[in-house]
Amino acid sequence: MSAREDILSRIRKNRPAGSHELPPLPHFAIQGGEQKLETFSRMLKAMGGQLVRSDSIPSVQAWIREQFPGAKVVCSAVPEVPGDRPLSQVRQPQDLADVDIGVVRAVLGVAESGSVLFTEAELKVNTLAYLSQHLVVLLHADAIVEGLQQAYENPAFRTAHYAVYHTGPSASADIEGVLFHGAQGVRSLTVIVDQ
Amino acid sequence: MRVGLFIPCYMDAFEHEAGVATLELLERLGCDVEYPVDQTCCGQPMTNTGCHQDAAAAEALFVKNFAGYDYVVAPSGSCVHQVRVNLTAIEQTAEVRAVRERTFELTEFLHDILKASEFPWAHFPHKVGIHYNCNSLRGINLASPSEIRAPFLSKPKALLEKVSGIEFVEPARWDECCGFGGTFSVFEPAVSVKMGQDKIAAHSRAGAEYIVSADSSCLLHQKGCARHIGNPIKVMHIARILNGVSA
Amino acid sequence: MSGTNSTTEYASRVLHPEVIGDHFEGARDAEGHPLVHAEGTSKPIRERSTHEPQPRGARDRGNRPVDQVEASERFLAATEHEKAHDERLWDMRLRRDKVAHALPEWEDMRSLASQIKEHSLTHLDRYLEQFEAAAKANGVTVHWAADGAEHNRIVHDILKSRNARTLIKSKSMLTDECGFRAYMAGVGIEVVETDLGERIQQLDHEEPSHIIGPAIHKTRADVAEVFARTLGSDPDDDDILHLAHVQRETTRPLILKADAGMTGCNFAVAETGTVVVCTNEGNADLSANTPPLHIASIGIEKIIPRFEHLAVFLRLLARNAIGTPMTQYTSHFRAPRVGGELHYVIVDNGRSERLGLKEFWTSLKCIRCGACMNTCPVYRRSGGLSYGATYPGPIGIILDPTINRRKYSSLPFSSTLNGSCTNVCPVRINIHEQIFAWRKVMSEEHRLPFVKAEMMKVLGYVLARPALYRAALESADEALRLLPHFIVANPLNTWTDKGRDMPETPTQTFHSWWRQNRGRARNTP
Repeated sequence: MSAREDILSRIRKNRPAGSHELPPLPHFAIQGGEQKLETFSRMLKAMGGQLVRSDSIPSVQAWIREQFPGAKVVCSAVPEVPGDRPLSQVRQPQDLADVDIGVVRAVLGVAESGSVLFTEAELKVNTLAYLSQHLVVLLHADAIVEGLQQAYENPAFRTAHYAVYHTGPSASADIEGVLFHGAQGVRSLTVIVDQ
Repeated sequence: MRVGLFIPCYMDAFEHEAGVATLELLERLGCDVEYPVDQTCCGQPMTNTGCHQDAAAAEALFVKNFAGYDYVVAPSGSCVHQVRVNLTAIEQTAEVRAVRERTFELTEFLHDILKASEFPWAHFPHKVGIHYNCNSLRGINLASPSEIRAPFLSKPKALLEKVSGIEFVEPARWDECCGFGGTFSVFEPAVSVKMGQDKIAAHSRAGAEYIVSADSSCLLHQKGCARHIGNPIKVMHIARILNGVSA
Repeated sequence: MSGTNSTTEYASRVLHPEVIGDHFEGARDAEGHPLVHAEGTSKPIRERSTHEPQPRGARDRGNRPVDQVEASERFLAATEHEKAHDERLWDMRLRRDKVAHALPEWEDMRSLASQIKEHSLTHLDRYLEQFEAAAKANGVTVHWAADGAEHNRIVHDILKSRNARTLIKSKSMLTDECGFRAYMAGVGIEVVETDLGERIQQLDHEEPSHIIGPAIHKTRADVAEVFARTLGSDPDDDDILHLAHVQRETTRPLILKADAGMTGCNFAVAETGTVVVCTNEGNADLSANTPPLHIASIGIEKIIPRFEHLAVFLRLLARNAIGTPMTQYTSHFRAPRVGGELHYVIVDNGRSERLGLKEFWTSLKCIRCGACMNTCPVYRRSGGLSYGATYPGPIGIILDPTINRRKYSSLPFSSTLNGSCTNVCPVRINIHEQIFAWRKVMSEEHRLPFVKAEMMKVLGYVLARPALYRAALESADEALRLLPHFIVANPLNTWTDKGRDMPETPTQTFHSWWRQNRGRARNTP
């Protein structure tokens, strides 16, 4: 008997008694859910990220140059933001190891947690979101949904090979609970939101 | 109403005053109280250790002693928890089930059944920290534990609030276990004592003169820990305060 | 989630102010307010001038029962470590309370999560088949492993067939359970843990001590010592940002050159064949997306039916574990990326057997949040390594006996049965009641230490005989030590030897008071 048959037959043999129906799920109202942008902004900040309004800066490129004056390699997955490393020419995921600033557009934002969602369609090369030292995320304000319940209705979860929520930058507090950013992934995450 | 009084073994041996206070308090509030003299134990030391067969005879004796009363009242939540939840080593006859259902801890009996609302004879002008035995707190809902999202209710506090002069202080980690844990205190003594010392320290730092509880087993352990490090904090069973002890 | 700059407000809320630092060291937001997301603490630990050696875990006794008590005593003796550990984890418990109770639907969500898991587990064969079919249709290669050894062989075979010699991985309790690292070391595959805590433990040849923070028992000085010994860094520089930098810079090249990456699985969504992984560092995403080959190890109990159910679990998980609404990264893998390969290894390793245990099958609902450890007063004072098992703390006590009945027969007694664990469990596992039930199993299987079992027989005998009980109580008979004297003066003499005084000599028993003052000896009618 294969391991598969072995496991499945043991599961069937040991099935606990009782009907154990699947419960219907209510709608969870999110506190501050009506003021989506405001709630998103507050949560993003609490999770270590930053929010910048696009109407407060001349352009994304100018903002990047000002915030990261030492940055040598900007790699953009977004056509309207030019970069130094065209993603179409990237052969291997590891080739993005020297990227200072990655720029990507999010599918949506989640107000409840301050999260943004990407798939391989937005990232082009998935490691852009992890090997870059800093991540800049473009987001339309009307792409912000209230909570995770709404986010999971997005068809991306059924079609994308890879989908990921980023909630602020990479972080760890594994040593004595002292929090730091840039544990393995990006050191900072900034969402530039336009309305 | 006819009440059978169950005095837990700790109280019987080490703190009979709290048993006397329980008796007097129930009588003051109109109960006809009897103390079956052949009582011994609820079986908890054995069931707590997994030895349910060794508990069976004591459980049967408990039922035999307390059958026929309107209520069985004990000044110990952990014993009552054992009776209501874990007295299962014997056959569950109608009589067994009746005794189990009618067994109440003193505070819950006063609060829920007698709905006692005043204790005019009681006066306790001291700073008091309340300690909740874990079986009482999480097992028979003497108060709302801090892990759960629910409106706060404390039956012991609701009763003590009626005592003149009393002042409450709240220690850090107010519902953390004190480390007694029954046979845990015997077989895991180092952690047990550390937990007891931490509990004492928390009450002391909050300014408590007395640690008050509805379970004297926890208090026995806490007092032993306090004395060992020279902490003068005092312990008191709630029955004595509600019955008008002057300390 | 942001705190104040002053730590003095904590003084009244902590047990051990002497280990609390006076300035906040962690990351701050743009306005300078302290941040406490990920596993960040609001309470910094004071830097110590003396380096107290790290207490090590339970001694290896082969298959004999783990002596958790002995290990806990050594942990307690390392007073700085113990106090810092206790305060750190209690802080996580309090932060959990704050964000959890901010949701009016919190208790309902726990019930929903419990029901979804119970449904999934009682229909597990159907959902596993659905999961497998969806995954295969997506181009994933699906393997099944009946036990840990088979899991390790399967992974090895996959690596061999692709000439993979180096493997990077993110945290997975399942792989720890399978003894994966030791097996791979034995067959010459280099495995690099990418989670900071797991990496520290790997380098120190220690198991993880907590399922969320594997090195949570270590001070910064301990970590500096490990890195100095294994990575060549400065042993005297225990600044945390420096240590983080050392790990990032030494691990990154290994990530870039790795042949394969491995992750665990927090949730497996049956309807789409999706594996969901939650991390704070992004190391699962690095492990999965950098090398061309990604292997995900999946315990069969991780299955949930649909994405809508995922929302319930994710809303519970990070809040309950670390007091934040989400982990920094929540990754969903459904199909291999273009030019890459994705393998799932579905692992049983005793779970299907556990399904048949009437009193214990609901332990399979566990979503590995670690909250039971944070709240357990015994765990906080003993350290996770004192349990000598992959899973420590309350959930460990109820899982480990199904993994090795004899070795973990003592663990159910490392508990006061206080019930706090049950109340924090996001999927409503009745943990403390299962601990109680395991004690009954151990007693019936004659796995109790001889002295304990004999004491209980004696107690049970005497407590059933009123006259005998009274005679023993009221005499000072040295030979017959019974409850309550049993507790304070037993042959082990454990009441007093750890720092507790004897109760004062009582004046009289209640029983004799009654006889004197009330006279009646009325028994039941």
